[in-house]
Amino acid sequence: MGEYEALVHSAYGEGKPDVTDPETLAWLIRRNGLEMSHISRGSHIGSVFSVAEIIAVLYTGVLNVDPADPRRPDRDRMILSKGHAGSAVYAALAETGFFPVEQLKTHYANGSILSGHVSHKGIPGVEVSTGSLGHGLGIGTGMALGARMNGEQWRTWVVLGDGECDEGSVWEAALQAAQFGLDRLCAVVDYNHMQSLFTVEKTLKLEPFEQKWKDFGWNARSVDGHDVHALRAAFDEMKDNAGSGRPSVVLAHTVKGKGVSFMENNILWHYRTPQGEEYEAALKELEAQRP
Amino acid sequence: MRDAFVRILVEEMAENRSIVLITGDLGFGVLRPIWDRFPDRIINAGIAEQGMVSMAAGLAATGKTVIVYSIGNFPTLRPLEQIRNDCAYPGANVKIVCVGGGFVYGSLGMSHHATEDMAVMRAIPGITCFAPGDPAETEAVTRVMLHTEGTCYLRLGRGNEPAVHGGKVENWRFPEPIVLREGKDVALLSAGGILTQTAEAADLLKSKGIDAAVISFPCFKPIDRQAVIRLTERFRHVVTVEEHTVTGGFGSAVCEVAAETGNGCRIHRIGLQDCFTAVVGNQQYLREIYGMDGKTIAQRTEAWLNEA
Repeated sequence: MGEYEALVHSAYGEGKPDVTDPETLAWLIRRNGLEMSHISRGSHIGSVFSVAEIIAVLYTGVLNVDPADPRRPDRDRMILSKGHAGSAVYAALAETGFFPVEQLKTHYANGSILSGHVSHKGIPGVEVSTGSLGHGLGIGTGMALGARMNGEQWRTWVVLGDGECDEGSVWEAALQAAQFGLDRLCAVVDYNHMQSLFTVEKTLKLEPFEQKWKDFGWNARSVDGHDVHALRAAFDEMKDNAGSGRPSVVLAHTVKGKGVSFMENNILWHYRTPQGEEYEAALKELEAQRP
Repeated sequence: MRDAFVRILVEEMAENRSIVLITGDLGFGVLRPIWDRFPDRIINAGIAEQGMVSMAAGLAATGKTVIVYSIGNFPTLRPLEQIRNDCAYPGANVKIVCVGGGFVYGSLGMSHHATEDMAVMRAIPGITCFAPGDPAETEAVTRVMLHTEGTCYLRLGRGNEPAVHGGKVENWRFPEPIVLREGKDVALLSAGGILTQTAEAADLLKSKGIDAAVISFPCFKPIDRQAVIRLTERFRHVVTVEEHTVTGGFGSAVCEVAAETGNGCRIHRIGLQDCFTAVVGNQQYLREIYGMDGKTIAQRTEAWLNEA
């Protein structure tokens, strides 16, 4: 075991974390997210913390993916459209066996394949590169359409940000996916109510958000995005929507920076990287929450 | 050209079930043969070009060869970042097809003049760029493009252009230029539907005793470097012709190669001189106003030859 892996798993002593448990995986996403942001001085830790349960629940039994065969033709496709939370997906992939956890320490580094925004180049388990917002839902629409044309049963999952929904291209894709009746397209919005400068409400308000999606022809429901059981139920319901003739979306209400008190609902942590006392304090808070 | 494109596309779609066409709510009449024969493989994405191109990338990821069809600047400048990030970066098998390169939609105004598309598409890594000169070249290029892996750009003219080639273009070898006529005094290099004007200029020059070669470049990226080097070695004056801004497009591509040879050939670029069109008129009228009709090409070429 490398030095980095030993550090992020140190709380487990001789044992190994149970990465099939969504709460454990969500904790590991935050633990790795903190460490990666600390080492790399990279930004967007607030988004990584808000999306942690969403990603953790997807990678603990919802997505049909196989770390031993990441390109298996019948796998589900997962697109992180809010690519700036890429370290959450990198952490989930590494912890569930797609690539070594030790590799996470290279995030942002010169010569690394783990760019700040999620990239598919050379990373097993990543389908598409994102980073510019508003691309993922359109790509997912094409994938879901292609699967249907090919008579294949796999699903396409797209995780979006709420601020991302300012992009007109999201709504182009929303219209298109509904028009084509892509009921194996499942979207999740990390609705943390904050974007780059202000809250969503002070920027371009999205409410009534659930109704907007419904008006666009989607199945839509809202859940607590940090409640792994509620998320699991909502995702399972989206799977059951295959046959409904409509794509589905879950609006996952989250807290930006969730898990570290001084990062929560604080836009500063869209950019700031935890160093010194802040790193120590964040680590202490996370350790106290370990499931 | 668009009809030649559709003719070959229909033939290829009959052979290859993975070919799918997405239109941005355009092609009334033109795409009729595809709606009739392959209704389950033609998709109207609506007037939503960003979504259309991202969707094309997603479809390509499921094994499809995807044609994205629109007109003017709508399939290029409007969804440019989707072309760059979603198609070109992963090398998606998406073929962007523009009907109406240059002044085809002249009277519709500046919004509909595609005059920077070649420069912009050429700047993106990994995109193979085609601009056939007449219907016969369009047939040859379309077939090659559909068998070329990765992201491609096909810039077409309109419908019913006159043929410049006497017959079919047989055995075109990508990315080579096609010599329409040999000449010894000057080489006229042409990309796209402006080829009719370039060929006419050569006729006019002939009557003045100037023997001009005419070479069409149906592929402008990758540009055939060896061919350009040979031409710049053989001729002291080379004229490039494009219905497009002279900044960054075909003429620029030729200059880039020539400058690296250091052999002193002079290159003259005919095209829009870094300006917008602010005049209403049909395609030929605008070519005349902006100095890229056959007569003006001939006059300017003669003047350049007399200069030095």
